[in-house]
Amino acid sequence: MVRGQASFLLEAAGIGKRFGGLRALNGVSLALQPDTITGLIGPNGAGKTTFFNVLTGIYRPDEGTLLFEGQPLPMGQPHEVAARGIARTFQNIRLFANMSVLENVMVGRHVRTRAGVLGALFQTGATRHEEDTILTRARELLDYVGIGTQGERIANTLSYGDQRRLEIARALATDPRLLALDEPAAGMNAAERARLGDLIRRIRTDGTAVLLIEHDVKWVMQLCDRISVLDYGECIAEGTPQAVQNDPKVIEAYLGVGAT
Amino acid sequence: MLLGAAAVLLLVLPFVTDAALGHGWVRILDFALLYVLLALGLNIVVGYAGLLDLGYVAFFAVGAYCYALLASPHFDLHWPLWALLPAGALLAASFGVLLGTPTLGLRGDYLAIVTLGFGEIIRIFLNNLNTPVNITNGPQGVSLIDPLRIGPWSLGQVHHLGGLEIPIVVNIYFLFLVGVLLAIVLSRRLEHSRIGRAWAAIREDEVAAASMGLHTRNLKLLAFAMGASFGGLSGGLFAGFQGFVSPESFTLQESVMILCMVVLGGMGNIAGVVLGAVLLSVLPEALRAAGGLQQDLLGRVWVDPSNLRLLLFGLALVLMMLLRPEGLLPARARQRELHG
Amino acid sequence: MDTFLQQLINGITLGSIYALVALGYTMVYGILELINFAHGEVLMVGALVALTVIQGLTGWGWPAPLAVLVAVLAAMVVCMTLGLAIERVAYRPLRRAPKLAPLITAIGLSIVLQQVAALIWGRGYLSFPAVLPPVSVVWGGVIITAIQGAIIVLAALIMAGLLVLVQKTALGRAMRATAQNPAVAQLMGVNTDRIIAWTFVIGSGLAAVAGVMVAAYYGVGNYTMGFMLGLKAFTAAVLGGIGNLAGAMLGGLLLGVVEALGAGYIGDLTGDFFGSNYKDVFAFMVLIGVLVFHPNGLLGSRAREKV
Repeated sequence: MVRGQASFLLEAAGIGKRFGGLRALNGVSLALQPDTITGLIGPNGAGKTTFFNVLTGIYRPDEGTLLFEGQPLPMGQPHEVAARGIARTFQNIRLFANMSVLENVMVGRHVRTRAGVLGALFQTGATRHEEDTILTRARELLDYVGIGTQGERIANTLSYGDQRRLEIARALATDPRLLALDEPAAGMNAAERARLGDLIRRIRTDGTAVLLIEHDVKWVMQLCDRISVLDYGECIAEGTPQAVQNDPKVIEAYLGVGAT
Repeated sequence: MLLGAAAVLLLVLPFVTDAALGHGWVRILDFALLYVLLALGLNIVVGYAGLLDLGYVAFFAVGAYCYALLASPHFDLHWPLWALLPAGALLAASFGVLLGTPTLGLRGDYLAIVTLGFGEIIRIFLNNLNTPVNITNGPQGVSLIDPLRIGPWSLGQVHHLGGLEIPIVVNIYFLFLVGVLLAIVLSRRLEHSRIGRAWAAIREDEVAAASMGLHTRNLKLLAFAMGASFGGLSGGLFAGFQGFVSPESFTLQESVMILCMVVLGGMGNIAGVVLGAVLLSVLPEALRAAGGLQQDLLGRVWVDPSNLRLLLFGLALVLMMLLRPEGLLPARARQRELHG
Repeated sequence: MDTFLQQLINGITLGSIYALVALGYTMVYGILELINFAHGEVLMVGALVALTVIQGLTGWGWPAPLAVLVAVLAAMVVCMTLGLAIERVAYRPLRRAPKLAPLITAIGLSIVLQQVAALIWGRGYLSFPAVLPPVSVVWGGVIITAIQGAIIVLAALIMAGLLVLVQKTALGRAMRATAQNPAVAQLMGVNTDRIIAWTFVIGSGLAAVAGVMVAAYYGVGNYTMGFMLGLKAFTAAVLGGIGNLAGAMLGGLLLGVVEALGAGYIGDLTGDFFGSNYKDVFAFMVLIGVLVFHPNGLLGSRAREKV
């Protein structure tokens, strides 16, 4: 059988997640197309980050299914999700703060490399060769995100914007098919946002789809090919930025029309 | 140049010590080297992977009893060294895996308490597995253990090299020294490998590490098993050196002392760990002298030296964590972590 | 059957003590997510202080019941002060440090307390004066000694009192709020430092009482007595679901019963291969078993990692 509906990169169906009595996700269903930048927007508390955490295996959902490239995605197993090709960044930057910038990215290569303890202990040729390729790739990625000169610095001494870039480089080091960015532009000024937008577009052009959470609606509408809107733990709209902007349900969610 | 000087120093040290202070002090050096080996092993667990193992001596015990039972008249088995040491390391690592598998997926402090318990339990077993089937010979321990032997060379007897007499304790010194140097090289290689980086990442941020595709539980298990195998190996060397093992050698105090060496010297830094181990294994001898000093000065021993030793270790652990958590010779990353 | 009931009674006695100690672990863990390794040593100090006071007072001719009462109060005061000091000196400065740091100070402190106790009271076993008359009730072939009865009743009263304190008083409310979320509790005007200090004080008071009970039950005290007991009580706390008060009580009782029955029957079960000298191993087996099959414990709820 031919892999069904290969037009979708990711399909989430009926994802539900409760914390005690709180229903953070209430049956989220959405689909991402390959080679696109998709914005995940919604009011505060709509469940965006929770959805990210379910997607990347940090939370195990109470119900629902996730298909990635047509195959079910393992639930609640972050390392397997990364191995399958989904990498992420965090809303409150989570770098390996006391390791060097280069080492941070090298850790990202872990999942695509093999050398084990014996290789390390005996310094086999294969291990040394692999270590060289890890280093080379890590340097390339630092150049790619524009912090190539910072490799030897300690991660938490970087400027805020550069830390965000490093987080992206680290995620890209896992060779993802889908890059999930949780508020990548938070705390950036307009010029930094514009440059970040360029980087994200380049990532898409180079073959990695991007899913991003963002509050700045204007910036998202300019950047993204598709938008999904979450409200009260449900996906209430999906489509092109124009279509979503004119959707009455979205307007209601954001402006609270008829909420009273 | 400096390296050459250090090599010469290490080479002549046992002979000079032997000539100046006698066999007893060379023995102390031997034990210092053994503790360095143990501390380097625990450093993989605590320093690299950031896991607290409070029962490390249990793995030491497993290695020692493995050697003792397979190379003594107790079962009338006399395995060769090349089989004994790996067997002890492997057995200790298996115990590590057995213990780590249920606990390492959970919060870090569960490991601490489980290892603490394991350290005690293993002693209960060693003490009691003499009836109804005599496996460990109970509290009496196992004696007449085969000395360490490399091929035709028994390290348990005096050798002559040209005109030079090499006493047993010096034989042992060189064997342990080789072991320590090997352990240092291997530790360094591990630290700067893909696996070592992964351990550091897990120590820094476990959630982020998992999201980058690191199988955190298995990697921690690997560190734990590696540390355990170092412990098992040292245990074998200990048994062969002593010729006698009993449960009494493997108390919680020993575990605490090894931990103290790692913490005092500097978690994660090989030079620091070596320094810590040497300091703390020679210090008790100085304290023993202090016992004599009390006798001379005050007419009686007011504070039992062994008591004082533990008290000081406990205090050192607390004060180091409060005042200088990175240790005497800190690892670069650790210093930042602890003061960040 | 008689053996069974007898071991059950012994187990409940022991379990009541475990429960009191487990409460101390679980309360501290609930708020700080820290295993207070020194908790067992606090118990030991309580037992030895009480022992000394009783010996002194009865030596001066005080009546035994009065001497015991004063001794228990003295032990509680000493232990509460000790608990307060431990929190202040060893844990509070490290509240923001990496996880490993307070664990290491905790184990260091526990060694220090043991060795100081060894300096004060010596390394031998001190016999605890028989303060209760060696009377016992024989009931259906089962013997309940006065001391067992006293331990069970007193432990039950104390635990009931603690539940009232936590559920009904302002302090209890603040403790629960702090356990839920320290940052939010602080925003709501709870002085979390004070609450944490109180948690240590209360836990240490319970440990003091438990220490006196153990020493009275076995008739001896020693500077190492806190170690194994602490380990077992911690197991009890994990068994019940760490952070959960009712869980600690349930876990303590269960562990005591399992241990007593295990010690009573292990010989029969293993064809005399293992004897009752393995009784200390049971708690450990239970701990591993719980961690493998049900790490949240019997009454615990799944802890959520904050992302």
